Amino acid sequence: MDKVKKITQKRLFLPVFCMFLVMAANIIYDVACGEFAFSFFTISVRNGVLYGRLIDILNRGSEIAILAIGMTLVVSASAGTDISVGSVMSLAASFCCMLLAGYGVSSTTELAVPLIVGVLGGILMGCVCGAFNGTLVAYLNVQPMVATLILFSAARAIGLLLCNNLIVYVRNDSFKFFGGYLGFIPTPIIIAAVCVVVMALLLKKTALGLYVQSVGINKKASRIAGLNSSKIIFVCYLVCGLMAGIAGIVASSRISSADSNNIGLNYEMDAILAVALGGNSLGGGKFSLAGSIIGAYTIQAITTTLYALGVSTDVAPVFKAIIVIIIVTIQAPPFKAYMKRRAARKALAKGGAAA
Amino acid sequence: MKKKKINSNTLLLIITIVLFVVMYAAGCIVYADKGFTHLQTFLNVLINNAGLLCVACGMTCIMLTGGIDISVGALIAMDCMFLAVGMERWGMSAPLLCLLVLLIGLVFGLVQGFCVGYLEIQPFIVTMAGMFFARGMTAVISTDQVSISTNQFFVNLANFKLELPFGSYVNSKGVEQIPFIRITVIIALIVLIAIFLMLRYTKFGRSLYAVGGNEISATMMGLDVKKTKLKAYMLSSFICSIGGICYCLNTMSGSVQQATGLEMDAISSAVIGGTLLTGGVGNVIGSFFGVLINGTISTLVKTNGKLLSSWSNIAVAALLCFFIVLQSIFAKIKESKK
Amino acid sequence: MDNNVVLTMRGICMTFPGVKALDHVDFTLRKGEIHALMGENGAGKSTLIKCLTGINAFEAGEIRVDGIDGPVVNHSTLDAQKKGISTVYQEVNLCPNLSVAENLFIGREPKTKIGTIDWKTMVKRSQKIVQDLDMDIDVTQNLEEYSLALQQMIAIARAVDMDCKVLILDEPTSSLDDNEVEKLFKLMNQLKAKGVGIIFVTHFLEQVYAVCDRITVLRDGQLVGEYPIEDLPRVKLVAAMMGKDFDDLASIKSDESPVFSDEDILIDAEGMSHKGTIKPFNLQIHKGEVVGLTGLLGSGRSELARVIYGADKNQTGTLKVKGKEAKINAPIDAMKLGMGLLPDDRKAEGIIGDLSVRENIILALQAKRGMFRLLPMSKQIELADKYIDMLQIKTASRETLIKQLSGGNQQKVILGRWLATDPDFLILDEPTRGIDIGTKTEIQKLVLKLAKEGKGIIFISSEIEEMLRTCTKMAVLRDGMKVGEITESLSQETVMKAIAGGDK
Repeated sequence: MDKVKKITQKRLFLPVFCMFLVMAANIIYDVACGEFAFSFFTISVRNGVLYGRLIDILNRGSEIAILAIGMTLVVSASAGTDISVGSVMSLAASFCCMLLAGYGVSSTTELAVPLIVGVLGGILMGCVCGAFNGTLVAYLNVQPMVATLILFSAARAIGLLLCNNLIVYVRNDSFKFFGGYLGFIPTPIIIAAVCVVVMALLLKKTALGLYVQSVGINKKASRIAGLNSSKIIFVCYLVCGLMAGIAGIVASSRISSADSNNIGLNYEMDAILAVALGGNSLGGGKFSLAGSIIGAYTIQAITTTLYALGVSTDVAPVFKAIIVIIIVTIQAPPFKAYMKRRAARKALAKGGAAA
Repeated sequence: MKKKKINSNTLLLIITIVLFVVMYAAGCIVYADKGFTHLQTFLNVLINNAGLLCVACGMTCIMLTGGIDISVGALIAMDCMFLAVGMERWGMSAPLLCLLVLLIGLVFGLVQGFCVGYLEIQPFIVTMAGMFFARGMTAVISTDQVSISTNQFFVNLANFKLELPFGSYVNSKGVEQIPFIRITVIIALIVLIAIFLMLRYTKFGRSLYAVGGNEISATMMGLDVKKTKLKAYMLSSFICSIGGICYCLNTMSGSVQQATGLEMDAISSAVIGGTLLTGGVGNVIGSFFGVLINGTISTLVKTNGKLLSSWSNIAVAALLCFFIVLQSIFAKIKESKK
Repeated sequence: MDNNVVLTMRGICMTFPGVKALDHVDFTLRKGEIHALMGENGAGKSTLIKCLTGINAFEAGEIRVDGIDGPVVNHSTLDAQKKGISTVYQEVNLCPNLSVAENLFIGREPKTKIGTIDWKTMVKRSQKIVQDLDMDIDVTQNLEEYSLALQQMIAIARAVDMDCKVLILDEPTSSLDDNEVEKLFKLMNQLKAKGVGIIFVTHFLEQVYAVCDRITVLRDGQLVGEYPIEDLPRVKLVAAMMGKDFDDLASIKSDESPVFSDEDILIDAEGMSHKGTIKPFNLQIHKGEVVGLTGLLGSGRSELARVIYGADKNQTGTLKVKGKEAKINAPIDAMKLGMGLLPDDRKAEGIIGDLSVRENIILALQAKRGMFRLLPMSKQIELADKYIDMLQIKTASRETLIKQLSGGNQQKVILGRWLATDPDFLILDEPTRGIDIGTKTEIQKLVLKLAKEGKGIIFISSEIEEMLRTCTKMAVLRDGMKVGEITESLSQETVMKAIAGGDK
């Protein structure tokens, strides 16, 4: 009993547990369909690239994983969430495509500017958005959710303006690379991996993690101890914007276009869910990057599984919403207190019976 | 008795009203040739935003407690879809469906309110889950665009015009145009007045302010904070459902993508109207003007004809940003005074 | 139950994780009596009151209230109010965004026939209430427009108007000036005449002797005794509060007073101030000097230190550190000049609860080094172990979360955090609050040791005894102003006189 308790109390228990649950669901489904039980895990090479459901999840989950990195920091430092990430993705994509295609051009195969300019431009746009959010939250003390609500609604509209209300297509192979393949591995997986590794190194080799958690747990005390709380929160939002920018480029490269209305739609939900699923408290403070990343891929696995089960794209949010509510309920202090009281009562009843 | 001082909160409201008047006046001057000066243009702003006005009233109540409800847009989509499918496919009677919609609103609010009040989960997270749930349920009901055309009662209700005895004019074709409002405006105005009276004259209304002002104090003074929050979310979702009916009367259809971003409009209306994000301060009268400003901006963009519709989104967001910054500055001034 | 008694509490027990907050405490309140509840910080006064008002649940014991059969267990303040127990807390627990009238009547608003709030009656009755208390305020204005003192009076007015049998005043006077305290006392005596039992919690001794009939003293969660006021003169009260360990704190300071030269000036503040909290002051601190800041709570003693450290922004005047003019915008600037601040509110401004002891210890040093120069883990462990050992911090391991430690040990961790930065100048604001006597002495000894090493120290404490033992110079503050310095003949009497002011 104690052993079980020990395991369930581990930080990474929740995301890993969910991951296993999803895998189990897949195996059962495969068996039920009369397929090979472990077809979920089979990876093969087709047309010179990796192929398989697992690869698909890793590939499709890249954007969420990238977003989850920034979101983890934001949640930890400011006890709030950045709900603009999906819209910022779209804006970054629009800006990038607008640069690459030139203003007002709806479809192009020739790049108007070097690829690097467009991509960096898009990422920079993400940073600008992050800085905007950061300024509001860190220096003007606006509640994170409301501050990011501004860009949540405006960023897509700005993206549409940049693209002159068109869906801009950039049909150029060099641009397709980011959503395509590097050798036989899907590039998004590599990009996500690089982002994760860089962030993990930053957390390991610098005091960033300590600073962010410290500010998230006790802002006032951190200030007295010499930390510049506002600056740290600002940086977190900046990183979040940067990550949204990168995710935007990847998403737009996949479809070779900037579809302002659809890129990154509902991704904020997935990113927040990834953080919560990763065992991180949405109330800020301590965080685990690994948890968020596992959480991100779990979300994608859930989504993929739902689609495989024949649930439509429009209906999938219902299940995610239910999962969110279950997770936050488990995390909620009153619920924990209630369970504790119940356990205590049970123990008492047991003890009474024994006596 | 000392003369009542103008505090920063009143100042915010005044800024809002002045802004609306200036904006509308500017519209009248610039677009005089496009009929902006006619009474009907103003009434159309009301007609087009009746649903939003209801939702903004509910949102104001929630924001007074220091919370937020971003599920409203999705809830309206669900309501509309339910109404449309119910009438067109299931052939149910309109009044019964309307009652059911209101009931759905209450239950929806009950669940959200329980999570916020009793489980102490952040309102934003709860209502975000609510938003996705409602949007998803809309798709469960139907993924098509369903138009309402066969239910005579509902169609009549939607076409009902209440003509005003004043402000008529003769248009360029020599036909007399009588200004009118629709049933939705009447519903919305009743909701507005009811909420205004409730906030001012009932114990529950004042509890909302108290909870938003200082939750601990409210508990100490013997208010049931949890229950107040629960009721607030129920009220918001209920009014939102009324708004959903208004919205449906306006659009006469249901679709999955309906009313996207409506929560944003409602929140910005409330904030522009002087409701503080931190809770405890605000009034539906302010939100009313917030809705009018919202409506006027989109009308201006439409009247211009050349501007992309995204401009109105951007303008509203910019205005929201402006008011948020203003609130933040006022809060800082207040703090430094202490 | 005795006819004359309105409230009895018998054998109340309550534990916080790791601490026995109340250990079989008894308390009796009679009709028409003002009963002081005394004890040092952490003695259990607040906990006892919270048990009574239903904020904390007690584990054993029973409470009886006059007129109610059987034991009373309150589950909320509302519960308590219904049973005639009203409370006014130190922090004003009202809603600043509502009008004064509403704050007086919320939860029990007068209603019209159709069940709506009757604003007219409410305003009229509110006006009468405030007039009865000689307050000149407009009841329709929002509460936030008025000073903290007035807000406090309104809170009391609210409690009084609720027909209570037991009125609890939990340190209500700390934000009131003398005039207002007088008014409050007048009010308390009126209520007493009406037969209300009043529990008065305060740490101002004079006020106890001015109004109270009886004193109950608590120490370390235990009942020391209940005394009629005549039987307990001040000295005995202080002794009862502090306990017999009083004598154990023998003089630990050497008698010879050190001489400081101008070359040794470490901190030279001239005309520094922060609007609303501390008026312009001058202060010099030498190397190896321990300067005490003394004054009543809210006199500006913490605020003065905070301005020097940059925790509150300095708005006028200049600060010279080691002879050089210093510009301090944020605490980090002060830290780079070799300063450190141990704040008085340990929970709000000291500990980072969810971080480990190790992380808490290295935090300030890491902040000083900057983000990109992370202390190597081996060094972190070495530092943490060093201070856990040196300060004898009782913790399961260096990776234990600081919030799981007891208050005294948390304080030592914070102290360790600053010692790790090797400061030249350390501000200690109430370093011994809520700490057991043994640790107190240790900390005092440590302060003297640091001074001997040539560090400058500001020491702030509510306990004059403690300051006399450690300080070489004392600056006295009153009403947000530095009113004087005492360097010679430091004694309880001279300091008390200086705090109280010349005209008393």
